[in-house]
Amino acid sequence: MIVGLDMGGTNVDAVLIHQGKIIETSKIPTDHSNLLESIWGALKPLLSGQDPAKIERMILSTTISTNAIIEQKTDPVGMIIESGPGLQKDFLSCGRENIFIGGYIDHRGREVSPIDKSEIEKAAKTLKGKNISAVAVAGKFSVRNADHEIRINELLKDEFFPITLGHTVSGKLNFPRRVFTSYYNSAVYTTFLKFSESIYKALQREKINAPVSVLKADGGTMSLKAGERYPVNTILSGPAASVMGGQAFLETSKDAIFLDIGGTTTDISFLADGVPLLEPLGIKIGEFPTLVRSLYSVSIGVGGDSSVCVKNNKIVIGPKRLGRPQAFDGPCPTPTDAMIVLGLISCGNKSKALSAMKEIGEQLNLCPEAAASAILDTMAEMIKNKAEELLHEINSHPVYTVKELLYGKKIKPGLIQVIGGPAKAMAPILEKSFGIPCRYPKVYEAANAVGAALARTTAEITMFIDTAQRTLAVPEMGLYEKISKDYTLEEARLKAIDLLKQQSSLLGAEKGEIQAEIVEENSFNIVRGFYTSGKNIRIRAQIKPGLIYGLWGDKNVSG
Amino acid sequence: MLVAKNRLGVVLFPAFDWAISPTHPEREERLLYTQDQIFEEGIMDIENIKFYNPEIAVKQDIQRVHFCVPDVEQRVTKSHLISAGGAIKAAHAVMDKETDKAFALVRPPGHHAQRVVYGDRGFCIINIEAVMLENLRRKYGHCRAAIVDTDCHHGDGTQDIYWNDRDTLFISFHQDGRTLYPGTGFIDEFGGPGAMGYNINIPLPPGTGEEGFLYVLDNLVLPILSEYKPDLIINSAGQDNHYTDPLTNMNFTAWGYAELNHKLNPDIAVLEGGYSIEGALPYVNLGIILAMAGLDYSHVREPDYDPVKLKQSKKITEYIKELCENIYNRWRQKDLIAYEFIKDKDYITRQRQIYYDTDGILENQTQTFKVCSKCSGVNMIKSNSDRGMPIFAVTIPRDACSSCVDEGYKIYKDVDMQKYFKVYLQDRVNDAYLDKQS
Ligand SMILES: [Zn+2]
Ligand SMILES: [Zn+2]
Ligand SMILES: [Zn+2]
Repeated sequence: MIVGLDMGGTNVDAVLIHQGKIIETSKIPTDHSNLLESIWGALKPLLSGQDPAKIERMILSTTISTNAIIEQKTDPVGMIIESGPGLQKDFLSCGRENIFIGGYIDHRGREVSPIDKSEIEKAAKTLKGKNISAVAVAGKFSVRNADHEIRINELLKDEFFPITLGHTVSGKLNFPRRVFTSYYNSAVYTTFLKFSESIYKALQREKINAPVSVLKADGGTMSLKAGERYPVNTILSGPAASVMGGQAFLETSKDAIFLDIGGTTTDISFLADGVPLLEPLGIKIGEFPTLVRSLYSVSIGVGGDSSVCVKNNKIVIGPKRLGRPQAFDGPCPTPTDAMIVLGLISCGNKSKALSAMKEIGEQLNLCPEAAASAILDTMAEMIKNKAEELLHEINSHPVYTVKELLYGKKIKPGLIQVIGGPAKAMAPILEKSFGIPCRYPKVYEAANAVGAALARTTAEITMFIDTAQRTLAVPEMGLYEKISKDYTLEEARLKAIDLLKQQSSLLGAEKGEIQAEIVEENSFNIVRGFYTSGKNIRIRAQIKPGLIYGLWGDKNVSG
Repeated sequence: MLVAKNRLGVVLFPAFDWAISPTHPEREERLLYTQDQIFEEGIMDIENIKFYNPEIAVKQDIQRVHFCVPDVEQRVTKSHLISAGGAIKAAHAVMDKETDKAFALVRPPGHHAQRVVYGDRGFCIINIEAVMLENLRRKYGHCRAAIVDTDCHHGDGTQDIYWNDRDTLFISFHQDGRTLYPGTGFIDEFGGPGAMGYNINIPLPPGTGEEGFLYVLDNLVLPILSEYKPDLIINSAGQDNHYTDPLTNMNFTAWGYAELNHKLNPDIAVLEGGYSIEGALPYVNLGIILAMAGLDYSHVREPDYDPVKLKQSKKITEYIKELCENIYNRWRQKDLIAYEFIKDKDYITRQRQIYYDTDGILENQTQTFKVCSKCSGVNMIKSNSDRGMPIFAVTIPRDACSSCVDEGYKIYKDVDMQKYFKVYLQDRVNDAYLDKQS
């Protein structure tokens, strides 16, 4: 049996899955003052009467870190930033205390100027004096050579906890994001640690021995233990749970648009050859962009309960939700009222919905039914326009080779997948508006929890090899080693796959589920004078987001 | 996050799968470290800086500027069409007002490519700025442009293309032609009869540093620009004046390039040469991006920057002062110089030898310009190379009067086909490009 749980802003959903079937679900409102209680509140009814020994795995999608950031209940962090020459540095100040130090590593990982030990000691004193315990250290180009960060850690580790080192949060090049990601990781560290400790305690109490994982923003999982070290990767896992849940009910191997229509918003994501699309660098949270790998998901302010009014003879939907639909005694007309009037859904008070549509219709010289249709057409059109705009952006993302520019993959969705309350009602309207088939799941419960339950472990590594300097670096794994001068791309490829497997096992992946792939590889001749002095090899390998299996029952899908 | 004062479009296209040859300076690795630096600095996250992919230039874009021998298809590769297309994309972003300024960081470069193209010279086959500028004149209508070439080599291709065009002021900074390829770019190369004075060369002595370049800008280039009043300023942003460049002997710096760009305030910059791919390009390109975006570039410094070592000698300072005065006086007297030169001639002819260093081709050329009071005049090129394929080419300029248009077509019709491998007509008034082969 697999337990999946998704803690959203409004509800906690949990699901129990056995042999590809949902056995039990539960739902309770989220208690923001006691998130842990909310988790057990949802799990208790789910597990009562079940044999805890039969639980094989348990996956949690939690807002614990996200909430701490949004409600600004994070720990104060002392930032130690080695910014080197380049951009002005003020905008990097994100911690309670921000100390900029000397020293510089260049783009090939060569030390241009060393760190000054006395500067670090002085920084430590300052932070101590301000009672700051959490620290993050980030240097420009530290992914190419982490020596400075590691040596600073040596100097600080006895007096500070936690310490996040920039090179470990991602191997990608982007110094400002490295600074911000390291900051967030240290800022939510103890919050998450307390959370995971109490989960372990509760599991012991309930006699559950199954491995526990948490969902990441990229739609993959990592073990709770790994989450303790890199809690920043658990931020904003909600949209990921929803996309993965959608995939559990709606299988495809095509390019597709994925819509999650809720009460207030619609989330738009895309699938490329059936695989959820990722953000190129990482997600933005609070005011800062990060290197946290995440699924691509954009929210627009249109949902079933969005306010509807008429302005200049035009229907305007959202972006605000003023309350419940009028059929449920809400303050203004909503798309849900339109669906009720058209008989697409049956709930609420139909005559109240009708009077809502009358109010809109009178302003447009339409009968209530025509007004209702016009509202839903407008809603579909708004979603379509946004999806097309996003698609255009995605398809014009920068490429760097002639081959990619001429023949690179463009996403051309031939299918829409839609989930959420109004999915069934909206599917035919979306289909008409987009001009491509639109599918929704017939059976559809606790989708986000299902998404969490069935998600696979994901991982990514970045490998940087410089045979002229005889160095190999995999920053995410803290791996910096010497290699031979004639190291080849083939060797590098094999090594990358091997390391990625190690990394994903560390994150909690089981052997059978690891499908490692190389997503980027480049090999450049380093020419100095008229001779080739070595090779500069860059490789990115990943385990892409996916499900351990889907719930694609034979007649599960409609549309 | 940072917000740029100016909206800046950047076309960053390092063409990681294209090289002239594996160890050639114009190889896959050239913009690798520049890309690393741009990525690492987080330029892509700065609000108001937008990155674009290149467009792909089409045959007509090339024919508008060049006579390719034997034809466009055999001279110009996809990589060249993309490089020119990158410049075109940058220009469109500005002209469509999507951005205030744009920088095309593309390769291969183009400023050595002249009107006739027998092959590759100075790593250039087509002149990407000229292809860009003529594309946008065609698309958006008439515009007076100034091209300021800050590459260390004389922009002899751009000079040739705009030799007789007074709507395009060409100013080239470069290391003195007596000491560097292509060996041209002296102050008496001053423009054709229709545009005398609108081709300005500033040959600088080896060893010129920040002080010298900025002096030339402040005391010569900016005053000339303020008199010329261009609608558009284009910077051919070659970066080989840098003190670490392996092919040249100057002492310019990354901060200096940023400061120069800030003062010049170009609408569009296009990368040209620059082959110190680790020591210069990452920092110079960063500096130019920040300057164009209106961001603080005062912290942009090379790791080995040493102001004492890079200080320019007094002698150079004095020489440059005098040079600037001299050039500025010629600019003020351009009408008089033109009058003396043309007198009552009906046609002006110049003979040239052009060496294609990359491909080892030698071309012999005669250009003939009609002196016309109503327009810049129909003009002809007679050319042959040491590999054969003699050609004859007629250009009807953009501003041609009706009798020059008629004359162009008549010359094209009457030419003795026996003498040439191919004959071309470039009718820029009607954007029509014809050719015939014997
Ligand atoms: Zn120049
Ligand atoms: Zn040059
Ligand atoms: Zn004329």
